[in-house]
Amino acid sequence: MDMSTTTAGISFDAAGLERFIETRGEPAAVSQARREAWAAFEAMEWPDRRQEDWIRTDLRLFHLDRFQLGASGEQVPSDASVLSTGVDLGGQVRSIDGHGVAATLDPALAAKGVIYLPLEQAVVEHPELVAKYFQQQAFDVGRDRFAALHAAFWTGGAFLYVPRGVVVERPLHLLSGISGGCDLSHTLVVLEPGAEATVLAEYLSPTLEASGLHCGGIELLVGAGAHLRFVNLQDWGRNVWHFAHQKAVVDRDASLQWTIGAMGARLAKVNQHVELVGPGANCQVNGVMFTEGRQHLAYHTLQHHAAPSCRSDFLYKAALQDQSRTVWQGMIKVDQGAQKTDGYQRNDNLLLSEQARADSIPGLEIEADDVRCTHGSTSGRVDEELIFYARSRGFTRREAIRAIVIGFFQQVFDRITIESVREALGESIARRVREFH
Amino acid sequence: MTDVLEIRDLHVSVEGTEILRGVNLTLKRGETHALMGPNGSGKSTLGLVIMGHPGYEVTSGDMLLNGESLLELGPDERARRGLFLAFQRPVAIPGVRLADFLRHATTNVRSPERKEGEELMPMREFRAELREKMGELKMDTEFARRYVNDGFSGGEMKRAEILQLAMLQPKFAVLDETDSGLDADAVRLASRSIADIGREKMGLLIITHHDKLLEHNPPDFTHVILGGRIVETGGVELAQELHSRGYERIRREHPDANEANRSMEEAESGQAIGSA
Ligand SMILES: Nc1ncnc2c1ncn2[C@@H]1O[C@H](COP(=O)(O)OP(=O)(O)OP(=O)(O)O)[C@@H](O)[C@H]1O
Ligand SMILES: [Mg+2]
Repeated sequence: MDMSTTTAGISFDAAGLERFIETRGEPAAVSQARREAWAAFEAMEWPDRRQEDWIRTDLRLFHLDRFQLGASGEQVPSDASVLSTGVDLGGQVRSIDGHGVAATLDPALAAKGVIYLPLEQAVVEHPELVAKYFQQQAFDVGRDRFAALHAAFWTGGAFLYVPRGVVVERPLHLLSGISGGCDLSHTLVVLEPGAEATVLAEYLSPTLEASGLHCGGIELLVGAGAHLRFVNLQDWGRNVWHFAHQKAVVDRDASLQWTIGAMGARLAKVNQHVELVGPGANCQVNGVMFTEGRQHLAYHTLQHHAAPSCRSDFLYKAALQDQSRTVWQGMIKVDQGAQKTDGYQRNDNLLLSEQARADSIPGLEIEADDVRCTHGSTSGRVDEELIFYARSRGFTRREAIRAIVIGFFQQVFDRITIESVREALGESIARRVREFH
Repeated sequence: MTDVLEIRDLHVSVEGTEILRGVNLTLKRGETHALMGPNGSGKSTLGLVIMGHPGYEVTSGDMLLNGESLLELGPDERARRGLFLAFQRPVAIPGVRLADFLRHATTNVRSPERKEGEELMPMREFRAELREKMGELKMDTEFARRYVNDGFSGGEMKRAEILQLAMLQPKFAVLDETDSGLDADAVRLASRSIADIGREKMGLLIITHHDKLLEHNPPDFTHVILGGRIVETGGVELAQELHSRGYERIRREHPDANEANRSMEEAESGQAIGSA
């Protein structure tokens, strides 16, 4: 693979797109799709706070023309990864500022037909296979300007294909770094019927203060009877803008366990959508958010029951420090034919300062009559009585707060079936919790 | 030299209301003292103040451990100097396993100089000790996997407090109604355990409304608190008198303190209604 492809100094406009396409050597259809996406971008406006989805999120300080594709600065050190440390991996794909820098896959898996490559390489080497799935079921280019921008300029990310019935035992690692530039990575995971895999996807910056732009897409296609565990840890530098459209389509009797750790970025706006399309499909989402400083993290989740007898279970927990803010807006949508739906959504927030603010907006939209859907949310401060109790046993105030915060997340950690992920999330949070009065 | 905990003319207020009005008490390590008094007389307040609860303001007087004032020390520093409070109403810490909580607590209390982030005591050593202590208290080791006080029954909470006492081995312990909420067998077991754990090695201040605990831990001194003041101090026979005859005589002989206690009781019942 050619790792030296350079796209330095490409701006996000029509001329920039043509220059970008020239460097790619992609099939014509892929380039054409990029041009169409750019046309869609131009036909739309930036979202603003008059739109329901954006009332709580202020984009006025975001200026796309301050960003360019290309020129990678420092590298993200490979030992910065917290998800892969100590884990026996089956393969790894790494990219920095949208450039693929490394890809490995256990040859035994390759021999079974498993494909795990940077997506840009996959569109060249497996054009028909990628075309069959890429942005077909789980990505809506016309959704908003961020979706269209992503579809026009995507670069980086990975393609995972697991053939029918193949079980990938060891986790596959995906590391996307931003170091001052842009990451428009796209991740496409396809599990054919009966396949199984675990993917650990990690977004990292070289420093806490790092800036940049992520405008990403994730598509998870889980075939009938397949089982996918997908972990996504977002730990960008505190000056990164993060916009993402993420969608999973889960078929008959398949299961998806989707774990999200959201800790980085200056402002994040994520649409997470799970569509259950075959009877017996099951999706569990575990969300862990920790914010500090002036971070603003907004998650919009949609659990869409399009088929009967499916289960969806979303649990998001957030702890907020300093003046940070989270917005969680969740929706369970049940189609008319989706009888025997079992839908659950919950968002709990723990405020670690007087100035932090968490908005929690659960919602239901139900058209079937034989369903069980429940939702709930709570927000509260750390109880001083708990801190006193722990201190009376010798914990310092900060140790007490840490223990209480980790305990708050324990309910989510208990659901995560990958031990290394539980530990990594717990440690990342414990490191960040400071004392407060 | 014997360790000494001294309370000197302690006055304590909550939100401007005085609750303790000049408490004096000297507790030596190795002694057992009973603290008795009607509801709302200030017993729990004294325990919480000794431990450094931030909600109570010490307006005058002092508390000294071997001559060093406790007033400027946080609850964790007091714990690490050897003080312990078994809470009348322990609070739940969801998501924090009792075993993990206790390993951290035990490490900090036994290594008062330990800095945040430094190693905890070795897991094997801790587990072995915890298993032994739980065995003595006839507690199932599975219990330590539960979250601290979360969903515990009243009796389970009190037993968990005793387990913590056993693990932390403080110099001085205030046991605030550690016998309430326990069934008859459990009271007997708890009383015996406390005697085993503490009587010789610790200075115990036992707050109780029942007599079982004191039967196994006969007090060297009995203090009666009324209206935020210790109005009488005697020996074990005073505790026996209060158990059989109640506080009639005390109230009659200390009308001022009784008046103060009445207004506190009223405030307390008002509070209970307000928070219901
Ligand atoms: N945090 C508080 N805020 C307001 N009032 C308080 C507070 N703590 C204690 N009090 C009041 O102080 C008085 C003494 O309370 P305390 O809990 O010390 O009584 P006690 O002797 O332990 O009673 P009991 O036998 O019922 O446990 C009561 O009137 C109580 O309402
Ligand atoms: Mg009390």
